[in-house]
Amino acid sequence: MKKRYWLFVPLLIFAVLAVLLWQGLGRDPSSRESALLEKLFPAFSLTTLEDSDKAVDASLLKGQVTLVNVWGEWCPTCKREMPQLLALAERGVHLVGVDYKDTRDNGQRFLDEFGNPFALNIFDPEGSLGFDLGVYGAPESFIVDANGNIRYHHTGYIKPEDIDDVIMPEIQRWQ
Amino acid sequence: MAVIARGRVAPPRALMLALVATVLVVLAGVVCADDLHHFDDPALQSRYDALTETLRCPKCQNQAIGDSGSPIAGDMRRYVDRALRRGDSDDDIRDAMAERFGDYVLYRPPLEWRTVALWAGPGVVVLLGLLAIAAVIRSRRGEQAPALDENERQRLETLLSRHDRLDNQDRSDQ
Repeated sequence: MKKRYWLFVPLLIFAVLAVLLWQGLGRDPSSRESALLEKLFPAFSLTTLEDSDKAVDASLLKGQVTLVNVWGEWCPTCKREMPQLLALAERGVHLVGVDYKDTRDNGQRFLDEFGNPFALNIFDPEGSLGFDLGVYGAPESFIVDANGNIRYHHTGYIKPEDIDDVIMPEIQRWQ
Repeated sequence: MAVIARGRVAPPRALMLALVATVLVVLAGVVCADDLHHFDDPALQSRYDALTETLRCPKCQNQAIGDSGSPIAGDMRRYVDRALRRGDSDDDIRDAMAERFGDYVLYRPPLEWRTVALWAGPGVVVLLGLLAIAAVIRSRRGEQAPALDENERQRLETLLSRHDRLDNQDRSDQ
């Protein structure tokens, strides 16, 4: 009998492709690697939500590990995320907010209603800082180390289980 | 009777309304998608059109920024507009986008080690197919059908003659 092992080649190719495509199907298409990982937090010059006369820039993030959270009053998912952010603040995480494409009045009202876990909120009405951060929808969160480098990017909502599973380990890792 | 009469008159008017509504909806879509970025210089306009067709909206799964109504696509179109007016090259603009949103936004990903399989994959597959065809042709060349022995030859002849007979019968039937 002739050796006909090569007849199995198409089957093999099929199996490899099937595994590859199956993996692709299971992946969340909205989560992907951030282009800004390991890079310096982009330069900006904006005021704070709390005080329209107070100018802040990226040096604000130097000196300690910070969780930067991009939110907006217009964003329903941000409201659901607030309890998690408050819990993180309670555990001693340093949080800075970016009030993204919002008005001062609406931003203030949001914090009054849902609580304010942020040490400070950068007011970004045009979304210019958000654009430089590659934000394409709020909420998004970044972990920035003490030297101002972006170390972790969380697209979308921080779920309650993410606090212990993802966020706290990442914060401790970059301390 | 009156009801029936009204029933006869109403459809054309309803049809007109539906038609007008459809046209308005279509026009609204055109206006929204364009954001009215307009350049007096036709060269800039064509570069703008080309860029917004080949940059991918990061929020949407598969839409160019020129084709998407999502807010981030609008921001990106504004960036392209401003960058073109201040004289940035197409590559500058594409690099600036990829720096912020990742290679995801480039419909034509750069050729890197990471993307070699993506670029070379189709060529390799075609090449493998051609090699396989060549191998099959080569192995079949020179192969001959095994010769028939005496019994088989006789059987073939009877079958063929029977076939001819039936064929002739068919013709005479017609």
